[in-house]
Amino acid sequence: MKISLGPNLYYWSREETLEFYEQVVEWPLDIVYLGEAVCSKRRLLRLDDWLEIGEKLSAAGKEVVLSTLVLLEADSELKSLRRIIDNGKFLVEANDMAAVHLASNNIPYVAGPHLNVYNGETLALHRDLGAQRWVMPVELSHTTLTEMQAQRPEGLQTEVFAFGRTPLAFSARCFTARAHKLPKDDCQFRCGDYPDGMLLKTQDGEPFLSMNGIQTLSAATTNLIEALPQMQKMGVDVARLSPQSHHMGKIVEAFAAVRDGKLNPTEGAEQVNRVIIGTPCNGYWYGEAGMDWSADAALAYSQP
Amino acid sequence: MSQKLELVCPAGSLSALKQAVDNGADTVYMGFRDATNARNFPGLNFDERSALKGIEYAHSRGRKVLLALNTYPQPQSWEIWTAAVDRAARIGVDALILADAGLMRYAARTHPDLRLHLSVQGSATSAEAIAFYRENFNIQRVVLPRVLSLSQVKRVVESTDVEVEVFAFGSLCVMVEGRCYLSSYATGESPNTCGACSPAKSVRWEEAADGRKVRLNEVLIDIYGPGESAGYPVVCKGRFEVNGEVGYAIEEPTSLSILDILPELQRSGVKAIKVEGRQRSPAYVGQVTRVLRQAINSATINPDGFVPRAEWVAQLDKVAEGSTHTLGALERGWQ
Repeated sequence: MKISLGPNLYYWSREETLEFYEQVVEWPLDIVYLGEAVCSKRRLLRLDDWLEIGEKLSAAGKEVVLSTLVLLEADSELKSLRRIIDNGKFLVEANDMAAVHLASNNIPYVAGPHLNVYNGETLALHRDLGAQRWVMPVELSHTTLTEMQAQRPEGLQTEVFAFGRTPLAFSARCFTARAHKLPKDDCQFRCGDYPDGMLLKTQDGEPFLSMNGIQTLSAATTNLIEALPQMQKMGVDVARLSPQSHHMGKIVEAFAAVRDGKLNPTEGAEQVNRVIIGTPCNGYWYGEAGMDWSADAALAYSQP
Repeated sequence: MSQKLELVCPAGSLSALKQAVDNGADTVYMGFRDATNARNFPGLNFDERSALKGIEYAHSRGRKVLLALNTYPQPQSWEIWTAAVDRAARIGVDALILADAGLMRYAARTHPDLRLHLSVQGSATSAEAIAFYRENFNIQRVVLPRVLSLSQVKRVVESTDVEVEVFAFGSLCVMVEGRCYLSSYATGESPNTCGACSPAKSVRWEEAADGRKVRLNEVLIDIYGPGESAGYPVVCKGRFEVNGEVGYAIEEPTSLSILDILPELQRSGVKAIKVEGRQRSPAYVGQVTRVLRQAINSATINPDGFVPRAEWVAQLDKVAEGSTHTLGALERGWQ
């Protein structure tokens, strides 16, 4: 099973971003997704910058994929999308059917987690259109995935979101700007102040969600490290780790060590849970509410 | 006179369907009584017999009936969805409203003459995405998610030959429909998987010293003070704390209403406007349909002189969430 680094969903400074991907070169990762998937206004790095980072990662032996925007609203966004699809070098992760439509003219793609692939017929459709890999929607369980794996067309790889604050929703409204009483058109890029999103708590003080511009994430961090052996048995090809601002190298190493059988999954979970943002969650994988954390269920499934 | 908008109204039951038809809906939309539609609430929706009755009632009065199968089937229950497609074709609905691309492929292959609409749950926000569904499944209409500004809606209409339907009135979805998992994150069930946003079985009310609390699963969604009216606890309309301030961090309880821009929508080439609310009462459906019928007629006869009548606004606000309305994302300032 390969380990991938998902696209960075947050808005870090140019320097921080470049520095981050300098480190990524060294990490035990097989696949790296690059680019802006959340907000088209975020342009500290342009396509050429991402391509340059991609070249370095590619030279270090990593498969590079360019992720596309999830929510497309303006013609300028469609234009940027076309440029990404036609980059001529790297595979593309399609996060909207507009991207699928442009790519399905003979450009292979990854069917991203926002394309709503919930059944075998939709899997087959994407395979027929040229998808090489699909990413399971985050709200599906391992039970559904088992059935999907049985129906999976030959040659189509499966990727599972295994670590990170869970992407839950997208809106026309920018919640970060709203919290700062700014209009979206003059957002002043306040999302840049929140390297892991802006915390939203319930009135009894419980962290619940994380607002990242127009995107809403979970406040808890998905951690499926204990389920890696189960994923391997199910024939999952890739486990995706979504970047957080700190300790990402340690997290990648722990996942790689568990994958390679060099670290016990329970110890791996403990190591990762010590450095994650907020509390851990894994409910979706076990068919429960996404926010739930079940150490026992995870343990039971991780037994050989 | 400008082109007349088609008024599409919700039917959660046979009596709601009759209210819609009797009060001037051109088209009604319904769903079967199971997880195949995104308003899967107890006591709502149609079995085959009541659906046939509804279709007969509407057709005999020259109106159309659409059927929404707008949730995402999973492998374990795929046959329930394909059977629903077959049943809809058999009972003679005028079009199917689908979200899942795989199910759309099944419908287009199995019933090539059946008219297909792309549900709002299909999350198509651009002409390029719409073109995908047109080329692959010959869809005839798209329902746009409530995330585009009016100028963006116009641009989409200009760039596609597929009919465009937009939401006109009802509960406001703040997130891109089809891409929102807030409900399943808190409860395990979402519109995509189960056709339920904030399922009723997960809602718990409690009287406390500091007010009336409402929880979704265990998550505290809101606290209401004495005399404060309480809304249904969907995550996006709760009060939360952000940066030390408690308030509606995502959106206030409010309903979408396009009355103010009706002539502009007509001129834009939008084909149809849709009323949300299959979970609402027949009285709601009758009331909203009656007002919008009058408004559309008035805007068609005299688009340049159109001003929403105060009584229309008052009647709609009476049934709106929080007794107030918004243009939502259609207005750039809201975003």
